[in-house]
Amino acid sequence: MSEPLLRIRGLRKQYGERLVLRSIDLDVAEHQVVCLIGGSGSGKSTLLRCVDLLDTVDDGTIHLGGTELTDPRLDDHAARRRIGIVFQAYNLFPHLSVVDNITLAPRKVHKVPRKQAEEYAKELLARLGLSDKAKDYPDRLSGGQQQRAAIARALATEPEVLLFDEITSALDPELVGEVLDVVADLKQRGLTILMATHEMGFARHAADRVCFLEDGVIREQGTAEQVLTDPQHESTRRFLARVLDR
Amino acid sequence: MDVSIEDSGGESGEGGDDGAHMEYRPSAGQQERERFRRSRKRRDQWIAALCTLGFVVVVVVGVVASPGWDRVHSLFLDHSEFTRTFPAILRGFWLNVQMFLIAEVLILVLGLLLAVVRVTRAPGLLPLRLAATLYVDVFRGVPTLLLVFLVGFGLPALQLQGTPTQPWVLGVIALVLSYTAYVAEVFRAGLNSVHPAQRNAARALGLNETQTLRHVILPQAVRTVVPPLLNDFIALQKDTALVAVLGPLEALRVAQINADYDFNYTPYLGAALLFIAITIPMTRYADRLQRKVAQRTWAEAGR
Ligand SMILES: Nc1ncnc2c1ncn2[C@@H]1O[C@H](COP(=O)(O)OP(=O)(O)OP(=O)(O)O)[C@@H](O)[C@H]1O
Ligand SMILES: [Mg+2]
Repeated sequence: MSEPLLRIRGLRKQYGERLVLRSIDLDVAEHQVVCLIGGSGSGKSTLLRCVDLLDTVDDGTIHLGGTELTDPRLDDHAARRRIGIVFQAYNLFPHLSVVDNITLAPRKVHKVPRKQAEEYAKELLARLGLSDKAKDYPDRLSGGQQQRAAIARALATEPEVLLFDEITSALDPELVGEVLDVVADLKQRGLTILMATHEMGFARHAADRVCFLEDGVIREQGTAEQVLTDPQHESTRRFLARVLDR
Repeated sequence: MDVSIEDSGGESGEGGDDGAHMEYRPSAGQQERERFRRSRKRRDQWIAALCTLGFVVVVVVGVVASPGWDRVHSLFLDHSEFTRTFPAILRGFWLNVQMFLIAEVLILVLGLLLAVVRVTRAPGLLPLRLAATLYVDVFRGVPTLLLVFLVGFGLPALQLQGTPTQPWVLGVIALVLSYTAYVAEVFRAGLNSVHPAQRNAARALGLNETQTLRHVILPQAVRTVVPPLLNDFIALQKDTALVAVLGPLEALRVAQINADYDFNYTPYLGAALLFIAITIPMTRYADRLQRKVAQRTWAEAGR
């Protein structure tokens, strides 16, 4: 296999006394969808935040392409431009319309002319089924629509890798499908995605690889088939029994 | 679709104009409830009116019957004195309004700059940050009147080249120095009230510190900051009268000159009425805005 696009080695992160990530080793190859699963508080969000440099790591390295993101000499704003993240709580900008939310970074950071940025935003919105919401403000949208707008915002800068943090966990069951369809479509288009999820059905269907996070390490990883239907590790089995039970 | 009985209190159920509710008539029970609510409301209005009337009568009788009333009446409520002095006071008040407008613009700009300096984390700005903190601490602590004295008499005494000498300009400088410290704190609280997740979202998109402040934090902070700012400006409007101690012919000073002239205090009442005429609408407006912001915050928090 060729060099992975995202390479994480020995990643360690603690908040005060609390050791959240002990030593994480994780590769994400180009055009792959990798799903992170694990109990609440196992550190999935923390891991994604570290990859996007929103938190400083305590040890270990993260490489994106040939660049070491964990190098303090790095221009972190430039590095973040290559990564797109969608948060669990959407975090759209409430004072901007949907289209302005999407075009803010392309226009201000990448200096794309307004007209061009808006055209691309319209294209993204059409793809995500939000064409008629372009001028609306976030508080007028349903949860699923806000989440899709947040995905459009992350896609607008054409990042090399996308990080999704439980993007369906705040949604009603009937809205989960529409957001997951979007992710499946992105996978079709060959994007590289690392996502934390509670949707085992989706992971089985769309993930190239599934990683089970526990106790600050990746306890088990493999194809969705391997991890979800034939887990090797006792704790993976227990976790799956618990979530599939519901 | 079944028709639910809405508890909207007033005259609901008048047929409605959208088709689905055409044949809706309030049930007998609902009509009875509304009759009761209307009669209860009428009774409440009567009680409120009677109590208010009684209260006013007691106060008026109490004041008029007090032993000093005749003296107070001739000293403070002299009709001819009022009509004689009011035009001059009104002209003086125009200076108050001008001082207020000029000071307000300067205060907004300087206060915002100061707040931004205090929240940035660029290492090169540390000396500025320290200076800003010191400034706010000191000038919030000094009484405004004292500042008016210090600037009004101290600044010209320095005899520096180009320092203004007109008393009203010196007064404006003192007011700006004092109120900028307050307004900077209001702005800073507004900047800090924006949820950290918003800053993270902006950083995640690659925006740098300045872009994040300008396009994400500031616009959201301004919304929450307007009502408290209005309150500060109401206070500023009143405090323009402090400049009277330096002698420019603004409303209070004019009233004072007239009152000293014939020992009748009616001119003070005229000046007071002018200040109230401006501050009451401002207060109402500030209340309205505050309610609106609060409602929006609740709506956002309630989701
Ligand atoms: N800023 C912080 N300060 C202190 N502790 C934190 C902070 N952020 C997260 N933690 C702790 O780190 C642990 C992991 O949190 P994290 O949000 O990464 O879990 P998660 O796997 O995403 O959980 P969930 O599935 O509930 O979203 C938790 O115990 C949490 O309390
Ligand atoms: Mg999480």
